[in-house]
Amino acid sequence: MELAKQNTQIVTPDSYMQELTTLNLGPTHPATHGIFQNILQMDGEKIVSGVPTIGYIHRAFEKIAERRNFYQITPLTDRMNYCSSPINNMGWWMTVEKLLGVTVPKRAEYIRVIVMELARIADHLICNSILGVDTGAFTGFLYVFQEREKIYEIYEEICGARLTTNMGRVGGMERDLSPVAIQKIRDFLRDFPKVFREFETMFNRNRIFIDRVENVGPITAERALNYGFTGPNLRAAGVDYDVRVMNPYSSYQDFDFEIPVGTKGDTYDRFMVRNEEIWQSLRIIQQAMDNLPEGPFHADAPEFYLPPKQEVYRNMEALIYHFKIVMGEIDAPAGEVYHSVEGGNGELGFYLVSDGGRTPYRLHFRRPCFIYYQAYPEMVVGTQLSDAIVILSSMNVIAGELDA
Amino acid sequence: MAELTNELLVQSLQEKFGDQLFDIHEPYGLVTVTTTRENIIPMLQALYDDAFLQFQFLTTMCGIHYPDNKGQELGVIYHLHSLVHNVRLRIKIFFPEDDAVVPTATNLYATANWMERETFDFYGIRFEGHPNLIRILNVEEMEAFPMRKEFPLEDQTREDKINTFFGR
Repeated sequence: MELAKQNTQIVTPDSYMQELTTLNLGPTHPATHGIFQNILQMDGEKIVSGVPTIGYIHRAFEKIAERRNFYQITPLTDRMNYCSSPINNMGWWMTVEKLLGVTVPKRAEYIRVIVMELARIADHLICNSILGVDTGAFTGFLYVFQEREKIYEIYEEICGARLTTNMGRVGGMERDLSPVAIQKIRDFLRDFPKVFREFETMFNRNRIFIDRVENVGPITAERALNYGFTGPNLRAAGVDYDVRVMNPYSSYQDFDFEIPVGTKGDTYDRFMVRNEEIWQSLRIIQQAMDNLPEGPFHADAPEFYLPPKQEVYRNMEALIYHFKIVMGEIDAPAGEVYHSVEGGNGELGFYLVSDGGRTPYRLHFRRPCFIYYQAYPEMVVGTQLSDAIVILSSMNVIAGELDA
Repeated sequence: MAELTNELLVQSLQEKFGDQLFDIHEPYGLVTVTTTRENIIPMLQALYDDAFLQFQFLTTMCGIHYPDNKGQELGVIYHLHSLVHNVRLRIKIFFPEDDAVVPTATNLYATANWMERETFDFYGIRFEGHPNLIRILNVEEMEAFPMRKEFPLEDQTREDKINTFFGR
């Protein structure tokens, strides 16, 4: 069988005659925020065509998952969109719970909503502040990274890790919110709006910033849908599709929030949609904290939920379940499930096929980045190189998720 | 406009493509149908063009490999979404491993481009008419299609690892 060739060489004799310049943007370039390559054909400063090459940090998660027990797959999901790993973790647990038919108690669902919305804020903060850096405004980035650090401290308080969180369990959370965690979330809710308002004041009506981003990289709603856009990028184009509203999961129907949409789908709209989503996420966290139900923080699913350690030493059933879970000796029912959550940058879907064994037969991740990044060449053609950088960061392409 | 429920969807699917569908079921509330690869593109097109159903969003698409299903080893699974009605639909096709050729959906969905490249990359399914069917995530020198089941990740029965060290 002949080998399939990737895009390595696109310089043709014609391009020499057209006096185009070939510019190799990436794979490691300070302005690309991740390892991806774009071979651009430039006519002066203008981009004539672009060919992306991806896969530089491909780690074969879908293959690895076929040999892992369900609880061993969360660490893989962490490493997809590492800017908002709790959303990936929770999405995976919800997929497994759907397969197993486990009902999660309200308190666990609310805690999940809180961490997912914190993760969304962290994700959008990184994206928008880096967009500021790419347009030459470093200060905003430094302002909000302090707050991102506070979000990571909350993760640390909830699960012990900061970036790759591996948070939650089948049926709920691994532990309840500690008083310190609650205090930290309340402090964050109190302090963050002031800082973020400052950030918005710096950018939203800033003439220099608007000149750099307005009408840069617009995409129509039709093209965006055809390209499978989801998340803030699709909403910036004017389509109000949000999984949290369309298919509410984890009690999102209990909360009152709005879905911001843009009109033109350009970089400015994407920036503004993310900013507004941060405010809406704050609203959701506030409501969840105010109405946090009492009760258990995990479901009664002894076959899948690790028993507390002190029980393991005293109670025979707990010891058996502990052993069976840790050794991965529990079979899941056969079936196929598709579950999606609203990730930091779009609809993050998990398609899980189980053949009744201990591991998934097939697990496919619908990674929003991978799907919408293919529109990038179309969006940059005709713009200038500096615009291409801005479009890339406004699309919030995360290399880990792109390559999985 | 009437609300599209799963029952209504199954009913209208049967009306439109009655003899081309088999194995209609609803695992976890998502209508799943199986069809043949000859019918898949006309079916996607008809679902796209249908004024009522409006399945115009290709959520995702992936390959699958059942080495024991002789004559139907490989499959492609399409997840469609009708955003107007908020109803999802899963369509599967299966075909033999030694004739892994499927017509492309790129003429209908721009997003199918990379999804089909990914499926080709991992399962070796060739999409006829695809504009640029080359590997996407793996290195180009790779000769195998790594997601197929004949490539186990690690053999749990291997004997060169000493069990006492690994707790097996």
